[in-house]
Amino acid sequence: MATTILSSGPQSTATAPPGRHRNRRRGSARPNWVAGLISWIWLAIVIVPIYWIVITSFKSQSNYYMENPLVPPSEPTLTNYQMVIEADFPMYFVNSVIVTLGAVIPAVLVSFMASYAIVRGGSGRFLRWTNSLFLMGLAIPLQATIIPIYLIIIRLGMYDTLMGMILPSIAFSIPLSVLVLSNFLRDVPKELFDSMRIDGATESRMLWRLAFPLTRPAVVTVTIYNALQIWNGFLLPLVLTQSPDMRTLPLALAEFQGEYSINVPAVLASVLLSTLPILVLYVVGRRQLLSGLTAGFGK
Amino acid sequence: MSALATSATASAKAGDDRSRGGSLSWMALPALVFFAGFGVIPLAGVLVLSFTSWDGLGTISFAGFDSWRSVLSDPGLPHALWITFLVIVISWAVQTPASILLGVFLAGHQRYRAVLSVLYFIPLLLSSAAIAITFKALLDPNFGLGAGLRIPLLTQDWLGEPWLAFGVVIFVVSWQFIPFHSLIYQGGVRQIPRTMYEAAELDGAGRVRMFFSITLPQLKYTIITSSTLMVVGSLTFFDLIWVLTAGGPGDATRVLALDMYKRGFQANLMGPASVIAVILVLVGLALALFLRRLGGRDNSHSQLEGM
Repeated sequence: MATTILSSGPQSTATAPPGRHRNRRRGSARPNWVAGLISWIWLAIVIVPIYWIVITSFKSQSNYYMENPLVPPSEPTLTNYQMVIEADFPMYFVNSVIVTLGAVIPAVLVSFMASYAIVRGGSGRFLRWTNSLFLMGLAIPLQATIIPIYLIIIRLGMYDTLMGMILPSIAFSIPLSVLVLSNFLRDVPKELFDSMRIDGATESRMLWRLAFPLTRPAVVTVTIYNALQIWNGFLLPLVLTQSPDMRTLPLALAEFQGEYSINVPAVLASVLLSTLPILVLYVVGRRQLLSGLTAGFGK
Repeated sequence: MSALATSATASAKAGDDRSRGGSLSWMALPALVFFAGFGVIPLAGVLVLSFTSWDGLGTISFAGFDSWRSVLSDPGLPHALWITFLVIVISWAVQTPASILLGVFLAGHQRYRAVLSVLYFIPLLLSSAAIAITFKALLDPNFGLGAGLRIPLLTQDWLGEPWLAFGVVIFVVSWQFIPFHSLIYQGGVRQIPRTMYEAAELDGAGRVRMFFSITLPQLKYTIITSSTLMVVGSLTFFDLIWVLTAGGPGDATRVLALDMYKRGFQANLMGPASVIAVILVLVGLALALFLRRLGGRDNSHSQLEGM
């Protein structure tokens, strides 16, 4: 960084005319060439593997071994996708959708209610204690609890079921959701609640009619973030399922890779297909997700 | 987080606070039940299980300190602790400067930086399994990128040599998580009052000076937040390492979480695996407390304020 910043010195005199507002807008007034260079290098590091996944997934297996890996396929083919879809991919996909929706919706609902209670009635001992408990959950690597969770799920008769993955996923989502949601709820002006209460509104009415609409960006953020975590989750399906019928996508990917390690293009087609829904979610909710996460953590 | 303090004192003064707190408590119950059932009870359960003997299927019997004795005398434990320590420290040392620099860069409001940030965050979307599979294929010594482009430097047995495999793990971890942390820093930088920079410029401070005298000190709590997430997160790198190297070659990348899984679900020794899990929790808590101390704000809300 030192060289980055130093090097911009000469440029500033060259590009910006001397004057009172010369330095008002840092960065744009003084181009920072080295920072720019670093950012393009990082872009290459990020993009090359992703570009490679995309082009390779359209190559035939024989061409994969012949062609330059970074050149798009000379004869693009969809056989890899066809093969992946015929290899039970739709089943794993449905499993992932069920687990993700089944966990995210209840997780966000209960987290929102808890955050509301903590922010509005947070001076009570019980709620203060609840809040500290959730905060502590952020510092504890919850994966370390996998063995007792395995035991509990067996005892509940939920081993090798989708429900068995849903319940712990909800619990794992709560600490961070409560943190982000309560950070946002604190910014809702207290006067709004007071005036609604004077009009005779109950707490649950205020929760749904006032707090929920006003914190919608945070709710969307938390929903997308949790969906991402659960969609991509690996340890819970690995430990809590055994039959192929119950696998979710990440576990299926790993198994698929073990079986077809020779057929790299097909494996990469499955990687791409498994990421597609999240990619769509990102394109739709990107602004909300990024700004929400920034605000949630930046405070 | 002064908003927290003011709202807390304000509601404490309100006369009807007690009854309102009572009537609201039920709303926290569903979340509490879930978190207790699959967070708190398992946490206590892991301690209990560390004093038992269980193969994962049959009956659980009390075994006293047997598991603790066998794990603590196993040379595999110091090794796993050492590898975990190295992963934490090195991945922190790689990710933090990179994330701060990228975060500062992305905090600018130029349009091309907004476009770049969209691309930067793509690794956040991929599952660890997908990332591990991709890099495994990319780094294949016979058919990977290096072999395909005929670049000898890239054509190494990346996952076959212990220290190379360790380096690959650090690289892939950074590839996956730098986007998330630069996002946090971007938010942190944008909250620094612009007037501070303007004042510094009037005093003739250069960019380096401003970065070290304003940006870094102002980011103190963001650094602690990000580091806490990073450090606690690196204790739980299971899926990535599992798919990438399965702890190998040999046990060169066998971190604690992997050690726990292998003992418990492959060797069917749930007792010793629970001992490792207890150690994982203790290490996680110790690290989080240490980072909190570093933050210097010692009150019950300091962790929240760090966020």
